[in-house]
Amino acid sequence: MATEHADNAQHAEHALTPSGYIEHHLSFNAQPLNESAGFWTLHVDTFVMSVALGLLVMGFVWLIARKATAGVPSRGQAFVELVFGFVDDQVKNIFHGNRHSFIAPTALTVFLWVFAMNSMDFLPVDWVAGIVSFFGGPDAKWRAVPTSDINTTFALALSVWILMIFFAIKVKGLGGFIHELFCAPFGSKIWVWPANFLFNLIEYVSKPLSHSLRLFGNMYAGEVIFLLLGLWAATGVTGTIAGAILGAGWSIFHILIVALQAFIFMMLTVVYLAMAHESH
Amino acid sequence: MNINFTLIAQAIAFAVLIWFTVKFVWPPLLKAIEARQKEIADGLAAAADGRSALEVAAKKSEVTLTEAKQKASEIIAQAEKRGTQIIEEAKGNAKVEGDRIIAGAKAEIDQEVNRAKEGLRAQVSTLAIAGAEKILRKEIDAKAHSELLAKLAAEL
Repeated sequence: MATEHADNAQHAEHALTPSGYIEHHLSFNAQPLNESAGFWTLHVDTFVMSVALGLLVMGFVWLIARKATAGVPSRGQAFVELVFGFVDDQVKNIFHGNRHSFIAPTALTVFLWVFAMNSMDFLPVDWVAGIVSFFGGPDAKWRAVPTSDINTTFALALSVWILMIFFAIKVKGLGGFIHELFCAPFGSKIWVWPANFLFNLIEYVSKPLSHSLRLFGNMYAGEVIFLLLGLWAATGVTGTIAGAILGAGWSIFHILIVALQAFIFMMLTVVYLAMAHESH
Repeated sequence: MNINFTLIAQAIAFAVLIWFTVKFVWPPLLKAIEARQKEIADGLAAAADGRSALEVAAKKSEVTLTEAKQKASEIIAQAEKRGTQIIEEAKGNAKVEGDRIIAGAKAEIDQEVNRAKEGLRAQVSTLAIAGAEKILRKEIDAKAHSELLAKLAAEL
């Protein structure tokens, strides 16, 4: 994306045009880590929001888990156990091994963290911009939804991908892993090796892409629609009211998307990690 | 889409969160839930055990009750039998005793009669001698005729 160029152009005119409004809301608070910038740039907003949310939700669950009792559970523990049971059931149905040592806790982390990050979409976009510009001036940028940053979703998907390969090698051995690259799914005859390898290659490339882009696309599109609805406020009172009503509707519908995407992301994580454990 | 260092930062954050959950969040929750599940399962098993024990006890008490009833009726029957037996025995004993007493009384009566007869016999002989003495005062020598008189007294 050519945000940097757009940013510069926006600095110059600073007029409140529809494209400028959307541009501003979709710009990251990008801080270069050295002079060359480029790859060495950190989206401070994405990072701060995601880490804060991660600490918040996992910290909450930890506080409950620390005092967890086998007796009558408190309300907080009952709620956490509900989520625990939900995640554990899903993992149990997909993965048939010792899920408690790694996969189930990972699924819980993914579900809660992604859910919390997705939920930032409920914050009214202009309130976030308003608060940020109050503290940081009109040029300050802050994107509140970490999962609408491709870096976040790709980081998660790539981590899962690395874990996938790690488990595949750990379970089948390096030889078994390479053997499967060439001998599955069409068989071990030498003339189907290229087809098998191509098939596996496409699978290994498409998994992290579809995994990450599904979440990113949903959250990004959701944000853009909020921004488009917010634009209506520029047309006057009628537009403001219409935008507010539609925005409320979209928010309500978005509750479903937020939960569903978090769930799908978790399920795919579990499925990919479970598949890595299976031999063909 | 600008992929940059944020990706690495997020991946690190993700790894730390997973480590945290694996290490500190999941195990205590799992422990608590499994402990509770075990407790519930134990409770249900204990309840089932109690129910079956109750059933067994009820059956046993029924059996004992019928046994006791049977025994009681047996005892009663036996007692009745024994009672009639005792009565019969007593009747028999009484009859034997009565017969014995009657026999004794009869024997005594016979004895008395005999004794009275002896006494009378002796007295009659004495009277006869006295009468004969008065009649035959001089003619009859008591000493010469005593043998004859004793024979006469024995014949009476």
